[in-house]
Amino acid sequence: MNCCKGEHSNKSKLGMENIDFKKLDLILEKYRDISGSLISVLQEVQEIYSYLPMEVLNYIADKMKIKPAKVHGVATFYTQFRLKPVGKYMIMLCQGTACHVNGSKAIEEALSDELNIKEGETTEDNLFTLNNVACLGCCSLSPVMMINDETYGKLTPEKARKIVREMKEKEQKVV
Amino acid sequence: MKIVIGQGSCGIAAGANKVYSEIEKEIGERGLQVDVELTGCIGMCFLEPIVDVIDEEGLKTTYVNVTPEMAKEIIEKHILKNQAINEYSIVADDLSILKKQKRVALRNCGLINPENIDEYIQKGGYKAIEKCVKEMSPDEVIEEVKKSGLRGRGGAGFPTWFKWEAARKSSDSIKYIVCNADEGDPGAFMDRSILEGDPHSLIEGMLIGGFAIGAKEGIIYVRAEYPLAILRLKKAIKQAREKGFLGTNIFGEEGFDFDLRIKAGAGAFVCGEETALIASLEGERGMPRLKPPFPAQKGYWGRPTNINNVETLANIPWILEKSGEVFSAMGTEKSKGTKVFALTGKIKKGGLVEVPMGIPLKEIIFDIGGGIINDRKFKAVQMGGPSGGCIPAQLIDTPVDYESITKTGAIMGSGGMVVMDEGTCMVDMARFFLEFTRKESCGKCIHCRIGTKRMLEILTRICEGQGKDGDIELLEELGIKIKEGSLCGLGQTAPNPVLSTIRYFRDEYESHIYHKKCPAKQCISLLTYSILKEKCVGCGLCGRQCPVNAIEGEIKKSHKIDQEKCIKCGKCKDVCKFEAVELM
Ligand code: SF4
Ligand code: SF4
Ligand code: FES
Repeated sequence: MNCCKGEHSNKSKLGMENIDFKKLDLILEKYRDISGSLISVLQEVQEIYSYLPMEVLNYIADKMKIKPAKVHGVATFYTQFRLKPVGKYMIMLCQGTACHVNGSKAIEEALSDELNIKEGETTEDNLFTLNNVACLGCCSLSPVMMINDETYGKLTPEKARKIVREMKEKEQKVV
Repeated sequence: MKIVIGQGSCGIAAGANKVYSEIEKEIGERGLQVDVELTGCIGMCFLEPIVDVIDEEGLKTTYVNVTPEMAKEIIEKHILKNQAINEYSIVADDLSILKKQKRVALRNCGLINPENIDEYIQKGGYKAIEKCVKEMSPDEVIEEVKKSGLRGRGGAGFPTWFKWEAARKSSDSIKYIVCNADEGDPGAFMDRSILEGDPHSLIEGMLIGGFAIGAKEGIIYVRAEYPLAILRLKKAIKQAREKGFLGTNIFGEEGFDFDLRIKAGAGAFVCGEETALIASLEGERGMPRLKPPFPAQKGYWGRPTNINNVETLANIPWILEKSGEVFSAMGTEKSKGTKVFALTGKIKKGGLVEVPMGIPLKEIIFDIGGGIINDRKFKAVQMGGPSGGCIPAQLIDTPVDYESITKTGAIMGSGGMVVMDEGTCMVDMARFFLEFTRKESCGKCIHCRIGTKRMLEILTRICEGQGKDGDIELLEELGIKIKEGSLCGLGQTAPNPVLSTIRYFRDEYESHIYHKKCPAKQCISLLTYSILKEKCVGCGLCGRQCPVNAIEGEIKKSHKIDQEKCIKCGKCKDVCKFEAVELM
């Protein structure tokens, strides 16, 4: 688990004062009388912040009257939940069987190299996060990756590089 | 005229959205009177994006691998001038793929608009549940399912009627029916296809199940990685409610109430295990517990709960409509009906196929799937994902039914078939699956949690050229211990990919361990790139490409690779025009 003890000082210090508790309260209100809804709450909360800040987890535990240890337990058990902030572009690279057989390792290497990060990390400029996932259900187009909501199939290392490079360039123009 | 565009996840990944907007744009600009509709995946994923043009007489022309440019041309020629473009349309050989199948669970996928309930109704949808409610008793429904011989399509192949009856017999006023749509096997995607392409067949299946066991509430537990499936399901549930198929007193039948809700999973393979899935539904960590009590007695919130997977439930309305006998007339003695398979890997025509149980593997891979990419040699097919095993080429005539597949050391599982050619390393494959199960073990049982880690370490060592004498035996021993010492299916089957590859490809393991060679040339640490003196003309191209300056040599003289420096990236082999770089 990753506690925000300053290691990601520039990224993860979403301090209490920056957290929009209003939205959070709305979600908690919505699920107040539905038992067993912790996972759904966490999912919706992650939609807002794009990850689950530690303070928010504690806040949820407090409001839902669940032990913080249990909230953390659930948040760390499921792969969907992230305890660290992610970049603007979330790359979900499929490492399912079909993709593996068709060379997804090479795609990972190319992307790591292009973005200069390892799997699970976020680039310095907070633009890209590279995550491995298991099967996106488009196996016949393997190797596959999904960036935010868009799916890219039949990848080659070069094609994958090109896709993120174009995104990088687009971002630079905006700035 | 009508234009139908395949909009399953596979189609969209291949660019169907762009084709769709191009067609809409063209039609809008030209002010044409053409209906543009969407449909799910027809199963021929290798041909996506697929666009059907249906003329006034109902004649269908199927265009494949359509690009936005082609779409424009289709509008210009086919729609405006009524000239079909032959070079863009599907070839007879590919079209015959559909004819070789028997589609029950996939009966509507790729044929109807999943976002329009009327199209499902037109195909006879919601007739089966009506028949159940109006003409049959719950016991008769279960009897019909029993006659069909339907077995669970999610993994273990447990008879569906048996589960239903157990839940029916539990005397509780509140019961639940749950659909497991948390398709976990990486490499299988039939459930996604049904959810996206024909969600109403699942809803109707759940209604029938609810009626049979006496549940008023159904929950669909869907993978969070399937956003489109969730979206289509939501729409479908809403429409079904509006039509009165969900709600209270359905079909005017006093006391038959049923409603559905969706719960998005959060990513945990172990939730394929029923008790873990229930824990997850209750907002807990998805950890399995001891059985009994079985979910049919004590499940969700301690109430009788019946869990079926998507494909199983999608078969149900068809069975009730056509009768159990018609279903059981297909298949083998013990494996009745049809089964959907996801054909992927090194296969030419990858996609989804549904065939009667019992047909030989060979027919699926070669007749329907078109054989191996680049006509390389078929090596094995992996079935059952992380719980299954590899079936080698010499067993290609094995009929696909539960018993025969189990005999090979693989399992039917959810029907994923990952095809491998001679370039796939079996040790690496085993390592890949162990990496998966190691990550996905919930951690409750020591054998599963630590055993898979140790197996993974050994396999990684072997792949990296550090294998030792005795490793194979150690893997076998560990594998058996893990199977025995694990509580749930995940742990009990985790060693299968290793044990089955050792069984059929022991020589490959030995070659890694004793000769430090990877016969499939896949394990990087075991490869050496070298330059063949006789072939090298000394052009120096490879030297300029090498990222680590590992290649030395004067121009016009043969070059040499410094093995200490080489990082085995393969660039030199790719660029050499004289095939002078050899990979060993
Ligand atoms: S076998 Fe593995 S996954 Fe299953 S309960 Fe035990 S530790 Fe958890
Ligand atoms: S394989 Fe790559 S690192 Fe090795 S010699 Fe060739 S180009 Fe250089
Ligand atoms: S294995 Fe990658 S999409 Fe299924």
